[in-house]
Amino acid sequence: MSIQASPARSLPAGKPAFDAATVRAAFPILAREVNGKPLVYLDSAASSQRPLAVLRAVEHYETRLHANVHRGVHSLSQWATEAYENARETVRRHLHARSTHEIVFVRGTTEAINLVANSWGRRHLRAGDEILITYLEHHANIVPWQMLCAATGASLRAAPVKANGELDLAGFRSMLSAHTRLVAVAHISNALGTILPVQEIVRLAHARGVPVLLDGAQAVPHQAVDVQAIDCDFYAFSGHKVYGPTGIGALYARESLLSAMPPWQGGGDMILSVNIKESTYNALPWRFEAGTPNISGAVGLGAALDYLDSLGLAAVAAHEHALLELATERLSALPRLKLIGTASDKAAVLSFTMEGVHPHDIGTILDTEGIAIRTGHHCAMPIMEAFGLAATARASFGCYNNAEDVERLVEGLKKVRKVFG
Amino acid sequence: MELKELYRDVILDHNRSPRNFGRLEPADAQAAGHNPLCGDKLNLTLRLQGDRVQDLRFEGQGCAISTASASLMTEAVKGRSREQIARLYKEVHALLTASTEVPSADLGKLMALAGVAEFPARVKCASLCWHTLNAALERAPAPVSTE
Repeated sequence: MSIQASPARSLPAGKPAFDAATVRAAFPILAREVNGKPLVYLDSAASSQRPLAVLRAVEHYETRLHANVHRGVHSLSQWATEAYENARETVRRHLHARSTHEIVFVRGTTEAINLVANSWGRRHLRAGDEILITYLEHHANIVPWQMLCAATGASLRAAPVKANGELDLAGFRSMLSAHTRLVAVAHISNALGTILPVQEIVRLAHARGVPVLLDGAQAVPHQAVDVQAIDCDFYAFSGHKVYGPTGIGALYARESLLSAMPPWQGGGDMILSVNIKESTYNALPWRFEAGTPNISGAVGLGAALDYLDSLGLAAVAAHEHALLELATERLSALPRLKLIGTASDKAAVLSFTMEGVHPHDIGTILDTEGIAIRTGHHCAMPIMEAFGLAATARASFGCYNNAEDVERLVEGLKKVRKVFG
Repeated sequence: MELKELYRDVILDHNRSPRNFGRLEPADAQAAGHNPLCGDKLNLTLRLQGDRVQDLRFEGQGCAISTASASLMTEAVKGRSREQIARLYKEVHALLTASTEVPSADLGKLMALAGVAEFPARVKCASLCWHTLNAALERAPAPVSTE
């Protein structure tokens, strides 16, 4: 009698194997049809779908626990506060921050970056200073800095990108100067999927005493993030891209920086006491959370991060990478299709163009097949312009996608070619 | 949603070989249209004779619907008066938004755009050229009357 070891035995004890079918079944929307065809959702880089665990956590909060936080002595208010602050602890644990003092709830990545620009930026920047970004940035990591520059007289510089969509690190290094006051870069490019060498970027910037902000909107859903290991000073991400609700996100800020930052919005909850002449501000992190926060959103975000942890981030990253490799191989084999962004270190995002077919037409034809992709400039117009493109089609994969989704995409793209010849 | 209703042969043909493509120099009027959602850009140059659009050209980059619509529009409005163009625009608008079952005027080849109404996300693609034409005509000096 021979006993064959099952593959699951080789996994660390206590971690169930990643089962794509179970994961998919946890997302109710994926069971629906769109235009008469089973939905193939390939637009997670724009917004991911939500698992039942998140929907149930939000429902439980709304139907059992809700009241305002940090105020009432009554039980509901205490329960709501506990749920909200537990979610903060979940975010802290997920990002490996030292303390929950370093975790500020915001509406999303955009608001997180605006917070840093308005609070830290307006205090520290003046005429002649420089902010260094890259050509890969999402508009959310460009426009707040342009506004800050207009207000302070500082200037915005962007490091170049290589033809394969990787950051030109030598170019970046040469643009770091004695005038640079802040480096703000994407952890993963939303338009091309490029994973940036953030540890090296932080090392170079810190060698000059320059703090670093990372836009982690695309990274948190895709891989484990450890802000202490990366050693960044600010890290921003959004709930709705990480299987959580819209309208919630978080900013990690190194406590030594955050504690010296002025509040950027005033109101309730961010103060300890107020008289008509002046106010005493609250402690961290509440000083940066004026007004009643998005409590149920925070609860949903916490549940989403717990869900991701239950799958295992390494398993999710491996699953998505396998899909990226399969999709890259299958799409590359299609005639007159060009992949835009072929960095060696890439998340599961495929930006592409088809000769003779505008991305918008690709999107419409795929939609009639029930396949949802993004078409356009992906809120990253500078990188599109750098590639000489007005738009691309973009298929992005999440934990719930599978090989069949790739095949459906390929069949859809063949249909596009059939229509356009 | 019927795909072949959207991408009719006439649309695909005008996308592949757009008519009146290019730029008139000098031009009596011009306007640029931009659809920020998809990045479509359109530049329109007109030559006017009295009240009429004697000639027009368009250039730019856009999807099949916006390119074909612009191409069809240039053929339809060439030689027409401002008033005729305004009436035509009304009819095309009704066609694209399916606000009337049957257009009252004879739209000729422009009828190829009828399928767009089923794809609300694409109505803007088809109407960009018409908005650009309106802008160009509004900007152009009104013809001097000799009467």
